Amino acid sequence: MKRVLGPLVALVALLALNRFLPTVLNPYYFQVLILVGINITLAVSLNLVNGFTGQFSIGHAGFMAAGAYGSAMFTVTWGQSLAAAMIAAHVPAPVAQGALLLVSLLLGGGLAAIFGYLVGLPSLRLRGDYLAIVTLGFGEIIRVLILNIDAVGGARGLPGIPQWANFFWVFLVATIVIALAVNLANSTHGRALFAIRDDEIAAEALGVDTTRYKVTAFVLGAFFAGVAGGLFAHYLSYLNPSTFTFLKSIEVIAMVVLGGMGSITGSVLAAIVLTLMPEALRAVKDYRMVIYALMLIVLMITRPQGLMGTRELSWAFLTGKKQGGRS
Amino acid sequence: MSAPLLHLDHVTMQFGGLKAVSDFDLQIGSGELVGLIGPNGAGKTTVFNVITGVYAPTQGRVLLEGRQVSGMKANRIACCGVTRTFQNIRLFPRLTCLDNVAVAAHQHRKAGLFSALFATPAFEKDEASLRARSREMLEVLGLGNHADSMATELAYGQQRRLEIARALAGGPKLLLLDEPAAGLNPQESEELMRLITEIRRRFSLTILLIEHDMKVVMGICERIAVLDYGIKIAEGSPAEIRANPKVIEAYLGEEAVHA
Repeated sequence: MKRVLGPLVALVALLALNRFLPTVLNPYYFQVLILVGINITLAVSLNLVNGFTGQFSIGHAGFMAAGAYGSAMFTVTWGQSLAAAMIAAHVPAPVAQGALLLVSLLLGGGLAAIFGYLVGLPSLRLRGDYLAIVTLGFGEIIRVLILNIDAVGGARGLPGIPQWANFFWVFLVATIVIALAVNLANSTHGRALFAIRDDEIAAEALGVDTTRYKVTAFVLGAFFAGVAGGLFAHYLSYLNPSTFTFLKSIEVIAMVVLGGMGSITGSVLAAIVLTLMPEALRAVKDYRMVIYALMLIVLMITRPQGLMGTRELSWAFLTGKKQGGRS
Repeated sequence: MSAPLLHLDHVTMQFGGLKAVSDFDLQIGSGELVGLIGPNGAGKTTVFNVITGVYAPTQGRVLLEGRQVSGMKANRIACCGVTRTFQNIRLFPRLTCLDNVAVAAHQHRKAGLFSALFATPAFEKDEASLRARSREMLEVLGLGNHADSMATELAYGQQRRLEIARALAGGPKLLLLDEPAAGLNPQESEELMRLITEIRRRFSLTILLIEHDMKVVMGICERIAVLDYGIKIAEGSPAEIRANPKVIEAYLGEEAVHA
C-alpha cells in the first residue's frame, strides 16, 4: 500500500503545483525554481560518482551536454512532427508532448550513459587527480565535438526546441533521481560503492567487483546528468555549447562538496542554496561573484565536510538522536 | 586424499630485482589451522596478497580445491571462498560496523541493481537476509552492541574483531588472518585465541594465520611454516618448529629459549 500511495501523492502534488505555481510566481522566480530542480538532479547524479564511489569526476557538464543535445535533436527532427500527428489524432497536447519528452529524455540520458561508460573505463586504472584530468578532458571533448558539428548548430547554438519541460517534469525527474539514489544508498550495491570509496583494496578482497561498480556509478551518474540536460534543453528551448564548459562542471562539484560528499540531502540542499544565492546577490551588482566566492570559502573553512557531512537529513537527525549514519 | 583446500604450487613473487617470495610450496588440508611465521620482511603478507589475488605470482600457481585461482581478480577469488583480514586494519571508516560487515555479505546477494534502485519486495527480502547475516557475524564476534556505531569509534581490539567478522560474512572456506593479535594485550590475545578456535569449529573453517605473537602461534596452530627472506626454511608441528635450529637461528632465537 505504502509503495503505491507515496508516489501517487507525490504525483498529484506535482501536478497541482504545476498548475498553481506559474499563476503566483513571476516568470523570473519561476525560471529560477526550474533551475533549482535541474541542478538538484545534476548534483545528486554527480554525487553518485564523486560522493558515493569516491571517483573524482569533473566532466559532468559534458554528460549534461550530451543529454541536452541528444534529446533536443530527437525532438527537433522527429518529436515535434510526431507530437503534431498525435495531437491531430485527438491525443491531448500535454499527454502527447509529455510522452515524447519522456522518450527524448531517455534517449538523451542513454547517449550520456554511453559517454559515461567510456569515461568510466579509465577510472579502472586511474584515481585521484589523474582521473580528474581525464574526465575534464572528456567533458571538453564532448563540448568541442558539439561546437564543430554543424547539424546541431555548432557555435551558433541550437534554437527552436519546443518548450515541453515544465515544473511537473523537472521536479518529477528530481524526485525520481533522489528516490533512486536513496534506494541505492540503502542497498548492498550502495554499500559496495561506499566500500570502494573508503578502501578499494579491502572492498576488492571482500568480493566487491570494483571494476563493475565504478563503471556502473559513472553510467548511472552520466545518465541522470543527461536527463537533466534534456530538461534544460526543453525548458530554455535554446542550446549553446558555451553553457557546458567546465565551469558548469565546477558549479555542480561545488554543490556536491558543499552539501557533503555522499549525502543526498546535502546535495539537494546545496543545489538549492547555490542556485538561489547568485540570484539573491544580484542586488549587490558588481560584488555579486566576489561575495559568492567569499561565502563558499568561508563555508568550506568552517565546515570542510560539507553542510551535511556524510549524513542524511532524517527524523532521528532532526531530533538530535544519535544515529550511526548510513554512509 | 582429494586435492588439498589450498595448494601453493612453487610460488615465486618477484618485484623488479627483489624476490619477495621464492619457490614457496605449501599445502593446507580442509579444516587445518596453519601458522605462517617469519621475521619482518620475510614475505608473509606477500604470500597472502598472492593467495587473495592482489598480485599474480611471477611463477607457480595457487590452487583452491584443485582449481587454479592465481591470475583471477581478487574479488573473484573472494567469491571462491577466500577472505582475509589486514595487518594494518582496513575497515571502511565512514560506514557503521553493521555496514562494514554487510559489504562482505554482498557476494551472497540475489537481487540485482535494478531491483535495488526501485526497492522491489524481492530486493527488500534479500537485503533483510544480508543484514541478518551481518548482524549474526557481529554477535559471534561480540560486537552485537556496536552495530550502529561507526567503525572508527571502536577500540583497537574491537576493530580487529570487526575485521574478522567482516571476513566471516563473506562465508569463506579459507580464512586468512594477517597478524590478528598485533597490538593486543596478553588478555586480549588470550581471548582472540579462544575466538579463533570457536569460529573455526562453528563455521568449519580452514585458517591460515600470520602472527608474531609466539604464544598465539604455538598455542593454536597445528602446523607452522616458516619464511625467511622469501624462502620456506621449515615446516612442521609447533614442537618441531621450536626445536628446528634453522628457525632458531633465523628468528625464534630468544623466544624459543624463554617460551
